[in-house]
Formats: sequence, structure tokens, C-alpha cells
Amino acid sequence: MKCSEFLQELTNYLDGALDDRTKSELEDHLAWCHNCYVVCDTTKKTIEIYRDSELYELPDDLRTRLRSAIMSKCQQRKKTQESL
Amino acid sequence: MSAIQPKIGEPVSDELALVQAAKKGDVSAFEELVKRYDRNVFRIAQHITQNREDAEDVVQDAFLKAYSNLEQFQGQSKFYTWLVRIAVNEALMKLRRRRPERTVSLDEDVKTEEDSVPREIADWSPNPEQLYKQAELKDILTRTIQGLPPSFRTVFVLRDVEGLSTEETAEALGLSIPAVKSRLLRARLQLRERLSRYFKKRESGDGQK
Repeated sequence: MKCSEFLQELTNYLDGALDDRTKSELEDHLAWCHNCYVVCDTTKKTIEIYRDSELYELPDDLRTRLRSAIMSKCQQRKKTQESL
Repeated sequence: MSAIQPKIGEPVSDELALVQAAKKGDVSAFEELVKRYDRNVFRIAQHITQNREDAEDVVQDAFLKAYSNLEQFQGQSKFYTWLVRIAVNEALMKLRRRRPERTVSLDEDVKTEEDSVPREIADWSPNPEQLYKQAELKDILTRTIQGLPPSFRTVFVLRDVEGLSTEETAEALGLSIPAVKSRLLRARLQLRERLSRYFKKRESGDGQK
């Protein structure tokens, strides 16, 4: 397996979406190719860091305000529909 | 090296019942759905629009649109996937309004200079997230993902941050599965490349700042 082929399969590999044969070919490649190992390892860390980062959490006060705005518009819409 | 563990979502078994009740006019059932997904919609909207006010509008507009069009939800997909599709469209509209000079489309297959070929190949510190203070880290992550084209960061956010499957992401974005996979690979590699600047092992080898 060449490095370029490894790279094409990287996403499937990290997502656990490969058949056993391709997976084992990939892991053979990883065992001797340090560069691909580093790319694979740091890509995995990239995903995990973003997934665990809690970027853009919705603050409680804003959450309450948005929900009450949404629900009051839904109530209005319901009333309009009922009156039709 | 093992595969990434998928995020474990909340059980959705009662979701269809809530949707059915909401369709029949039970507003509190719809409120339950809002409570369940408002955080996710806000996060997705903020990632796409990169603007707090726009993201607030998207949350309101997306839920209201979902409520008004509940009849059209047939239950073939998850309610959440259907809602995400509405939210992404609303967010892209906001983005287009703010940047009329640039076409913003999920269909664009962007070619960027730093495409898929890794250039920065250095090991990262063992615990890269501990190299920076919490606020600093968030700032780095935000600035880094903001640099991706919208079509890439949208796919990355849905797949890797929100934990939608490839199929759900394709459905929510109206893209083919190969298109999702191709954008996801490039998004992941570009983020990795950019984050390497911050997280690679220091010369001293101790990984500390």
C-alpha cells in the first residue's frame, strides 16, 4: 500500500468502516510508515479535541430566552391555524 | 490504532410519539423536542454562520419552520436529521446574506492550496489540549475551524462534532455519500495540518510550553 492510498482510506479507517482485509493492509502500512502513523494519530486527536471541546455552548439564560420566543410564536401559529 | 468511538446519543424511541403529539396540536410535546435539540442547533448554526446573532436567529427560525411544517415530516428519517437539514439551510442563507460577494454552496467542491497532502508531519505532545489554558484552546479551535470553507466545516461539524452518521449527514445536507466522505477527509486533514502548528512537540522534547 502506498502512502497516497493510505490517505484515501484514512477517513474510513478512523470511522471503523473498512472490511477486515483493507484494515489489515492499512495497519501493515502503519507499522512501518512513521509519517502515515503520525498523520493518522494526529488526525484522530484533531477529531477528539473538537468533539470534546464544548465550543459554542448555549448559555442557560440565552437558552431560556430563545425557547420562550420559539414557544410563544408556536402558540400564536397554533391560534391562527385554529381560527381558520 | 483504534477507530474513533462514536458519541452515544440519547435514546430517541419516544421521539416519534412527541412528533405525533405535536402534529395534533400539543405544543408542550414540541417544546420537549426544542429542549432536546436546541443546543445542537445553536452549535451547528454558530459553526456555519460564525456569528452569534445569526445563530440565535437560526435557532428560532429553524424550530418555527419545523413546527409549521411538521405535517411534511413523514418519519422516514429521524426528526433530528430533518431538523438539522432545516437549520443548515437557514444558516447558509444567513451566511449568503452577510457575504453576498462570495457564493456559499454546499455543492462546491472546493480546491484549496493546502488540500489533502500533509506537509506538517510532526508528533503532537501527548496531551495537546493541556498545553493551553481553556479559553486559549477554545480560541485556537474556533479560529482554526473558521478558516475552512463552509462546505467543509459543515460536514465536519455534523459528522465529527454532532456525531451524525455519514448517511445522516448526506441526508441532512442533500449530498451524496461519496461527497460527504471526500469533504470530511479534506476537512479533517486541513484541521490537523493547521492544529499541528500549535500542538506539535516542542524542540526541547518535553511537550511543555
